Amino acid sequence: MPESATAALFSVRRWLPWAALVALLVALPFFLTYSQKEILVFTTINVILVVGYRHLTLTGEWSLGHVVMMGCGAYASALAAKYASVPVPLAILFGGAAAAAVGWLLSWPLLRMKGFYFLIGSFAAGEVIRLLWKRFRDPFGGAKGIKRIPGLEEVQFGPLRIDFFDPVAYYFFALTVAAACIWLLWRMEHSPLGALYHAVHWGDDLARSVGVPARKLRRRAMVTASFFAGTAGALLAHYVGTVNPTRFNVEEMVYVLTWAIVGGVTTLYGPILGVVSLTLVNEIMLRGLGLDQWRPLFYGVVLILSVLFLPRGLESLVLQARAHLAQLLARHQGER
Amino acid sequence: MREAAPILELRRLTMRFGGLKAVDGLSFSMAAGTIHGLIGPNGAGKTTTFNAISGFYRPSGGRIFHDGRDITALPMEKVASLGLVRTFQHATLFRELSVRENVLVGCYLRRKSGLSDAILGNWREREKALAQETTELLGFFGLEDRGDFPAGNLPHGMQRALGMAIALAARPRLMLLDEPFAGMNAAETESMMRLVLRLRERGVSILLVEHDMRAVMGLCDCITVMNFGKLLAQGTPAAIVSHPQVISAYLGSGMDDDAAGM
Repeated sequence: MPESATAALFSVRRWLPWAALVALLVALPFFLTYSQKEILVFTTINVILVVGYRHLTLTGEWSLGHVVMMGCGAYASALAAKYASVPVPLAILFGGAAAAAVGWLLSWPLLRMKGFYFLIGSFAAGEVIRLLWKRFRDPFGGAKGIKRIPGLEEVQFGPLRIDFFDPVAYYFFALTVAAACIWLLWRMEHSPLGALYHAVHWGDDLARSVGVPARKLRRRAMVTASFFAGTAGALLAHYVGTVNPTRFNVEEMVYVLTWAIVGGVTTLYGPILGVVSLTLVNEIMLRGLGLDQWRPLFYGVVLILSVLFLPRGLESLVLQARAHLAQLLARHQGER
Repeated sequence: MREAAPILELRRLTMRFGGLKAVDGLSFSMAAGTIHGLIGPNGAGKTTTFNAISGFYRPSGGRIFHDGRDITALPMEKVASLGLVRTFQHATLFRELSVRENVLVGCYLRRKSGLSDAILGNWREREKALAQETTELLGFFGLEDRGDFPAGNLPHGMQRALGMAIALAARPRLMLLDEPFAGMNAAETESMMRLVLRLRERGVSILLVEHDMRAVMGLCDCITVMNFGKLLAQGTPAAIVSHPQVISAYLGSGMDDDAAGM
């Protein structure tokens, strides 16, 4: 076989899975009911939330304030769009930036701590912010939150009119944003910065001894994670049209933790596997059977079971399958 | 022209933990381009002194000067950026990273990697220049054909060498080596000794905490002996071996034990 043909085949093998994935994601909403389409939108937003969360765990820190960062983005974006008439796409960016700014501020006291202390500190700081939203009716709307947040404006492409109140349209919008976020995070991780995060995680004293400013890097990871959480929150706010403090409470944080732990955090796709598979099970089993109130119990059981029986997450199944496949292929080629 | 400042000078360094004075008014200085040994019985405060110099601990009192500059209480990463890099007894490498990536972490100070660089991919060009340098460093430590190995899988002696490669990648002028010979067999000790001498040839001054007396006596130009956190004696290896106080405090039993244990 000529060499160029094998090269072409190889490149086809490279992009074919991606093309299939894109096709699947584009076709998906057209096979779903209205409420399933809505869940698809929320899942896409949650993917952004959880891949951002994983970015912070690269440096070894686990936060309990990530969902509150999402709330910061949601509130900031909602306020900007509603009271300052900022166009919604800009408001979403502003939401991400506002969450990043809050994350930066919080990092000063919080990153003096590590491990368990950081975890508890981030929970406390998050609750303070959440209670501020609850307490201050002006401008946060108190316990009822903010209502009638403007949505994305309609877009007219020649004869094609896109109305973002339609979940399918908003899904494509959120999917584009999610793809951009995942790409950005992938670029960061697969650069010297990613190796430094790793170094700070596994040996911060050693890293500091050769001049690596460990705390500064942790801060950068935290700000980055907050930015993506805020972006996810802003996307949510302009789709749902309301935000309130309860949406960002610790129960929601436990869901994020569960997605990350069940999926695994050593790969970028691990947490995505986590959020997608748990949402699927959740919607098919619980909502389908009318057991929606059992959701917290379900998540608790899943978390315990996954820690017991799949401690390295769903991603470890993929990694094992790939190793097996590579072995099989090698053996196959050996026989020929 | 002023006289060259000592590469390291301690003035009445004190390190207190609660009621305990681990280091008590320790003063000594070392000249640039030398190998200087810091020895003493267990618990004399050698490692604590190291930790205070490198910024790992904040001294309770006294001052530390590196090349004429006051570095007292600076954080470790700042001290490293001024050209003073330490190694650790344990956890001397990033086990999950490859050998080459380990050395690249050591290059951090010349590798500034911002967010925008990461996203735009600007770093690839700069990494090329560093690749040559890491190859040279790996060659220096005899690790050239292990570049893509996971660092955690290296044999013990090579892990130690890699630990020093990471430190050297930061281009220090003074290296603090914390028991580089601990747990090494005779052959590994031999090659590590040659390595330390070649480090000095590269213009790096070396301060060494070590229990292996044969290595200390064979390598050092000057030795500082500590006991109970205080300076006991200082001088050439020959002077130290015959120093009566040192013999009674430490070498009398310690040297025989160490020598017999090898």
